[in-house]
Amino acid sequence: MTTTHSYDEARTERLRADALAIIARYPEPRSALLPMLHLVQSQDGFVSPAGIAFCADLLNLSTAEVSAVVTFYTQYKRHPNGEYTVGVCTNTLCAVMGGDAIWEDLSDHLGVGHDETTPDGKVTLERIECNAACDYAPVMMVNWEFFDNQTPDSARDVVDRLRAGDEVAPTRGAASVCSFKQMSRVLAGFTDGRADEGVGAGEPTLRGTVLARERGWTAPRFPAAPDAESGSGAAGSAVPERAGEPATGEPQSSAQRPATGQRDKDADTQTSTSKES
Amino acid sequence: MATPTSLAPVLSSHWDAERSWTLATYEANGGYAGLRKALTQDPADVVAAVKDSGLRGRGGAGFPTGLKWSFLPAPDGGPRYLVVNADESEPGTCKDIPLMMATPQVLIEGSIITSYAIGCHHAFIYVRGEVLHVYRRLLRAVEEAYAAGYLGKDIMGSGYDLDITVHAGAGAYICGEETALLDSLEGRRGQPRLKPPFPAVAGLYARPTVVNNVESIASVPAIVTGGSDWFRSMGTEKSAGFGLFSLSGHVARPGQYEAPLGITLRELLDMAGGIRAGHELKFWTPGGSSTPLFTAEHLDTPLDYESVAAAGSMLGTRALQIFDDTTCAVRAITRWLEFYAHESCGKCTPCREGTYWLKLVLRRIEAGQGTMDDLDVLLDTCDNILGRAFCALGDGATSPVTSGIQYFRAEFEEHITAGACPFDPAASALFPTPPRDAGRLAGQMAGTVQA
Repeated sequence: MTTTHSYDEARTERLRADALAIIARYPEPRSALLPMLHLVQSQDGFVSPAGIAFCADLLNLSTAEVSAVVTFYTQYKRHPNGEYTVGVCTNTLCAVMGGDAIWEDLSDHLGVGHDETTPDGKVTLERIECNAACDYAPVMMVNWEFFDNQTPDSARDVVDRLRAGDEVAPTRGAASVCSFKQMSRVLAGFTDGRADEGVGAGEPTLRGTVLARERGWTAPRFPAAPDAESGSGAAGSAVPERAGEPATGEPQSSAQRPATGQRDKDADTQTSTSKES
Repeated sequence: MATPTSLAPVLSSHWDAERSWTLATYEANGGYAGLRKALTQDPADVVAAVKDSGLRGRGGAGFPTGLKWSFLPAPDGGPRYLVVNADESEPGTCKDIPLMMATPQVLIEGSIITSYAIGCHHAFIYVRGEVLHVYRRLLRAVEEAYAAGYLGKDIMGSGYDLDITVHAGAGAYICGEETALLDSLEGRRGQPRLKPPFPAVAGLYARPTVVNNVESIASVPAIVTGGSDWFRSMGTEKSAGFGLFSLSGHVARPGQYEAPLGITLRELLDMAGGIRAGHELKFWTPGGSSTPLFTAEHLDTPLDYESVAAAGSMLGTRALQIFDDTTCAVRAITRWLEFYAHESCGKCTPCREGTYWLKLVLRRIEAGQGTMDDLDVLLDTCDNILGRAFCALGDGATSPVTSGIQYFRAEFEEHITAGACPFDPAASALFPTPPRDAGRLAGQMAGTVQA
């Protein structure tokens, strides 16, 4: 094999130790393939031919079998990726809310199209699909950290700072965006110790929680347990004990109102005609 | 009218707590009480409690969770697995990701209780790879749970052992389909398997396996602690309990609103400040892009499984994507079909070819180059996908097309007769944008097109 199609000995040894740690997480070795490919990307910045050979060798697969997996998943890059993958959501909701405009502006600004990298090797631009942050639309991801509620100006500012080498903080995520290779190592299952950075939730995530508290709405309290120990509000994940909240059955308590099931019995609803088989 | 429904935060009740994601915060708010209780019970009783609660799968299909667990064959001495589906990718769906970001421990606790109930000693959480910080939080949550003795050997002195592996995917919507997810977790291309056998019989490594959505599993600790009657005190008879309703799009205050099933969009919109100022509701999805569109006539449809089905759609994941009168229905539907064509795994012909052709025909109509016959081609193509595809991806892809033509046929026809899209895309954006493509803006803004 040529040098481009295999790792040198030192590199193979280092990667092998990591790969064996991944394999040890699973009852069957082949389950390690996806994280091992993330590991390869953490080494090479893409899924290199050498990385494919490495995975095939360790898992007793052919390189064709490994390649077949690689080509199925969009996060595996077939050519060297930039230091930052910048993804603009252009699925319907984000697109309509302004994602299309952000995409066009960013593509113009950077002079690259989908899955293309700026000449300085800093930014690989992508159109991405829904990333489960629709209440923060339009959304942009940088190395799969959330940049919420974007505009063309804010998105431009982010990529300019990335290219200038500044530290850039996502809206919800670590204190700063890490590199594509560092990200890939985390996705291979090796922690970087940054889980405690950043917020627990953004404003849209909390809207129901905050509104319920303002209006004194709660889920019904858990029934008192026979033993006093678990009866004092330290009960599961539900119902926080907070001053000013109504107790079950009192005015403003949601337990006071009839279950919405009552509506099934209202004449004007059609809930009895289920279409489900 | 029935009494207005209010919110009922259970999973979301502590999302705003200081360092909400840590074990310490979770325990300070009652976390792991459910596991303590479950470990004193017979596993079969835990299954029975969840079955009695009426909890239905929160990942979209709505299959009764406890019933799914009870389908596992009797133990034969070999391994049994729990696989948590954390591959949230359905357009519009944005509940599991914030849940795992804010309170990953509730998912860990639910996974431990579920594993105990079904006799599993190695559980997996398959999270999509495109949410780096959520993956960090899950890894850390598992680490903390091991350190506290909630995972590993002899959990809390019960003699029960469990390991959890958090596994990151690599970008493929289809892996949210449970059998594709299993193939992916086995290190293969994520393509669906023929069913039967169902995962309960032959799942991960061909062993009995339960695959459940994040929100379903996260609901388990509260059900165990509060009991099935407590859970049933919310929601409707056949759609028991609470759920996260995710409002997005042209609403004043989009976000997560946790409420009893059976709440209506009108009630939710009232909480969310209504449609953005100066505009009216045009169409919405009750449960993600794979569920047929609704319009303003469905504002009072109770959002429970039965009522939504009776009105011609599906509750899905309660992903309420809301579009106002500035939105071109043809543009929205075309974009969704581009998504399905991109994400079709290629295994079965109806979906692979069908989504491809739907995409092309829709693009042509959107560009003003379609013909009236194209509408029949679209419906005919949908007819050849629905019920003929290997998995639900193909079926779901037809939903926006058939419902879109049902409610907005005139708008499709207008694109064809006018030879251009009558909408200004800049009008639907949240910020002012300069016009970029004069050709697209040939027609003047049409406002709401009558269905």
